[in-house]
Amino acid sequence: MGRAPDTTVPEGDSLAAAYCLQLGDDALIYAQRLGEWISRAPQIEEDMALGNIGLDQLGQARALLTRVGELDGSGRTEDDLAYLRDEREFRNVQLVEQPRGDFAFEMARLLWFSSYQAELYAALLTSEDEVLSAVAHKAVKEVAYHRDHATQWVLRLGDGTLESHDRMQTALEAVLPYLAELFDDDAVSLAAAEAGRGVAPSGLHDAVVARVGAVVDEATLTLPNDSRWRSRGGRTGAHSSAMGHLLADMQHIARSHPGAQW
Amino acid sequence: MTAVATSSVDVLAAVRAIPDPEVPVITIDDLGILRSVDLDGDRLRVVITPTYSGCPAMEAIRANIQRVAADHGYEADVSMQLSPAWTTDWMSADGRDALARFGIAPPHVLKDGPVAVGLSVRQVTCPLCGSTDTEELSRFGSTSCKALRRCVSCREPFEEFKAL
Repeated sequence: MGRAPDTTVPEGDSLAAAYCLQLGDDALIYAQRLGEWISRAPQIEEDMALGNIGLDQLGQARALLTRVGELDGSGRTEDDLAYLRDEREFRNVQLVEQPRGDFAFEMARLLWFSSYQAELYAALLTSEDEVLSAVAHKAVKEVAYHRDHATQWVLRLGDGTLESHDRMQTALEAVLPYLAELFDDDAVSLAAAEAGRGVAPSGLHDAVVARVGAVVDEATLTLPNDSRWRSRGGRTGAHSSAMGHLLADMQHIARSHPGAQW
Repeated sequence: MTAVATSSVDVLAAVRAIPDPEVPVITIDDLGILRSVDLDGDRLRVVITPTYSGCPAMEAIRANIQRVAADHGYEADVSMQLSPAWTTDWMSADGRDALARFGIAPPHVLKDGPVAVGLSVRQVTCPLCGSTDTEELSRFGSTSCKALRRCVSCREPFEEFKAL
């Protein structure tokens, strides 16, 4: 997989910055994928819904990335971090960078990811980092709406026609290989948890699976748990082939016209 | 523009009366996003809080506050405060009335804790005919803070300000 990843765990403010970067990159990259649905969703209300959910994610990313620039001493702005980093410097999980599939795939991804974020932000309400805690207080209410939205669609598609049921089931299987990575205890998260700023991802696993499992059951679907492979490496900068294409799309205007404004 | 010397009372009232750019029938004060406005010599210190993390109107609100302050001969320092997080429970009674008159159902009052998940059976009154026989069309409307509903009695679609 090319260069060996940098697994050094920073200390103090740099640790806090590295932790905020993981959360901020998850939100930023997922915002980019959700935005792609505008004008592509099955109905105009979904254009609005996925666009709004993406906007919430972008807002969370902006606050978190701004905090990274304050803490790591580099003075980088949210825009510098979003537009001027290369693929290996991004710390998001591979789930959020996966290409937009069909609508069922997006609802499967949204149900898992929003359920994960709901538990994560609930745990971060008491973070000793006052900015993380403040972001969590806003975000926890927003992601409850995201999770509710995905829940309603998974119920409707799973307990719908034969076609929608099959495609929803296929979507649950398609996201499965990317889920374990959400709950991996990486060195930065563990150190942040130790410092009272963050939370160990493994501690979120049971609550998230219980929540998603209940929805899947009610939707007459089956929660798959047998995957032949699993993604890993997003938290150390190793990404799937989709990531480079996503960044090209997201970054090329800013890089082609440095400092451009409107 | 020549700055007109006005009393401090005027400038404070003028800032409070600035309309929300996306829902202009309600002021930023009645919406509850104006956390404080204080005079410090000839500077105005204003603290605002976003409704949603990604609310795109915050830049316009900041610019409007600075313009209104300048019209009264003051410079405004506008800062953004995330915590405590805004809730629709901070919306004033006047603000709720203004929304309803404009055809937007005001947010229901949250008891406590995060939003309930699942199919809700909450009653929302149609702001046009007053019927409670209304249904949700989409949880996400034209802005982050609104949902789209339809009245089953008078058949008119309307927006609801989401409780957050």
